Amino acid sequence: MEYRRREILGASATGIAAAVAGCLGSGGDGGEAGIAGEELALATTTSTYDTGLLDEVNAAFQERFGTPVAANAQGTGAAIESARNGNADVILVHARSQEDEFMRDGHGVNRRDLMFNDFVIVGPSDDPAGVGDTEQATAAFDAIANAQAPFVSRGDDSGTHTKELAIWDAAGVEPGGEWYQELGQGMGNTLNNASESGSYTLADRGTFLSMQDNVDLEILLQGPIEGGPELLANPYGIMAVNPEIHSNVNYQLAMAYIGFFTSPAGQDVVSNYTANGQQLFYPEALSEDPDFQQYVPEGWQSDGDSE
Amino acid sequence: MPFESIADPTYLRSIVRVSLTVSLTAVLLSTALSLPIAFAVGFSEFRGKRLITAVINTGMGFPSVVVGLLVLMALSSSGPFGSLELVYTPEAMILSQCVLAAPVITGVALSSVESVDEAVRDAAYGVGGTRADVALITLKEARFGVVTGVLAGFGRAISEVGSVLIVGGNIAYADGTSKTRTITTAITLETRRGEFETALVLGAVLLALVLLVNGVVMRLGGR
Repeated sequence: MEYRRREILGASATGIAAAVAGCLGSGGDGGEAGIAGEELALATTTSTYDTGLLDEVNAAFQERFGTPVAANAQGTGAAIESARNGNADVILVHARSQEDEFMRDGHGVNRRDLMFNDFVIVGPSDDPAGVGDTEQATAAFDAIANAQAPFVSRGDDSGTHTKELAIWDAAGVEPGGEWYQELGQGMGNTLNNASESGSYTLADRGTFLSMQDNVDLEILLQGPIEGGPELLANPYGIMAVNPEIHSNVNYQLAMAYIGFFTSPAGQDVVSNYTANGQQLFYPEALSEDPDFQQYVPEGWQSDGDSE
Repeated sequence: MPFESIADPTYLRSIVRVSLTVSLTAVLLSTALSLPIAFAVGFSEFRGKRLITAVINTGMGFPSVVVGLLVLMALSSSGPFGSLELVYTPEAMILSQCVLAAPVITGVALSSVESVDEAVRDAAYGVGGTRADVALITLKEARFGVVTGVLAGFGRAISEVGSVLIVGGNIAYADGTSKTRTITTAITLETRRGEFETALVLGAVLLALVLLVNGVVMRLGGR
C-alpha cells in the first residue's frame, strides 16, 4: 500500500507542478526518482500550529500522500527568514506586506490565498480604556493610548505584530512609554502575559479561542467575522520556496502540499476544524470568481511590455 | 484528537526518546572528545596552561542560545555546511549539545585530575612506576570527579532549551511522533499554549529522567 501511495504522490506532485508551473524545466532531475523517506519542511506561524489546525491538515496530507510534514512553528517574520535561507520547502504565513516582499525578492513562487480569520482586541473585563465602546480598531488603539492603559505587543515581527503596527500607524499614534511593552514572544505567551498583567493586546481569533479557558481576558472589539472593522481581517497565504534560488528545496512536494491544502478536501479540513465548539479558520482558496491578485504582490501591475 | 496530548503515550514516549537519544549521544561524543583533552592538559606542564584552563572554564558558561544561533548559521542551507542538510534535525541538536557539554566535562575532569594529591603521584613514582603507571593511578584516583563531570555535562545537555529550540525547530509530526521536539521544547510549547499543567507534568518527567540517569551512572561507578 505504501508503495502505491508513493506512486500516486509522485504522479500527482509531478502533475500539479506541471500544471501550475507550466513547465518542469530542470526541476525534475534533482534525484527525485523516489520519495521514500522524504518529508516536507513547512515553516509557519504559531497561530496555525498552536491551535492544532495543522495537525489535522498534515495528518490528512500524510494519509493521502504518505509523506510526513515537519512543521516548524515560528512567527511570520522568522518563518520567512528561514525560507529565505533555504531551510523550508513551503511557508504558511499571515502578513501580506512581508509575503509580497518575499515574492518580489524572488524567494517564493505560486502564492495562494489559503484561509482567513480575524484579529480581535482583547483586554481585562473591566476595560479601563473603554475599548468596548469603540467601533474601529484605530479608535480602540487611540483610546488605549489616551488612557495609557497597559498594552502588550508581540514585538516579534510576526504577522500579528505587523498588523498591530499597521493599526498604530493608521491611528496616527506612536506607541511608547511605560504602558506599552514589547514581549518578543509568541501569541500564547503574549495572551498569558496580558491575562496576568491586566493588559490589552491584539490577538488572532484562532489562538484566543483555543486559549480562552486558560486566560482571564475578553474580546472587547470584534474583527470582521463578527461584524467588526475590516482592518482586523487576518488572511493567510501559502507559497512554495523558489527552487531556482534554493536548489535543495523539495519543490514538487511543496506544490503537492499547496495543491492539497487549497483543494476541496484540504479546505474542508479548515472549515471543519473547531476549538471549544467554535470555528477558528475560514477557507478562502476556492471561489467562483478568479482572483489573480493572490499570485502577485498587492497592487502589482504589469509593466505592459509583456502584454 | 485535535492536538498532541500528554495523555497520548506515543507522543510522550516519542519526545522522551528524542530527548534521551540526543542528549546521551551528545554526552558520549563530547566525553570522547573532552577526556583526552582534560588528561593531556592535566598531566603536562606547559606555558599557557592557565590560559587554556581559563578558556575551558569560560566555555562552561557559554550561553546556549548563542551556541544555537552559531550552529544554525553554520548548518543553514545557505551557510557554509548547508549541503549536509542538517538544519532542523536531531543531528544538529546533538552537535549544539556537544558544544555545550564538552567544556563542562573537560573542565570538571581537568580539575579532578589536577586535584589528585601530589603525594599519590610521588608515591607511584617512588615505587618505580613508569609515566603510564602514574597516569593510571591518577586516573583511578580522579574517577569520581570525571564521572561527576560527565553527569554535569549530561545535566546541561538534557535540560537546555535555548539551542535545541533554534537548531531543532521543536518539530513533531501530525501523528504525534517527535522529530526534534524534546521535553524542554515541549514545555515551552505547552507554556505558550497556556497548558501549564501539561508543562508541569513534562517538567516532572524530565526531573525523573535526570534522576534515573544519575542513579544508573552512580551505580555503575560503584559509588
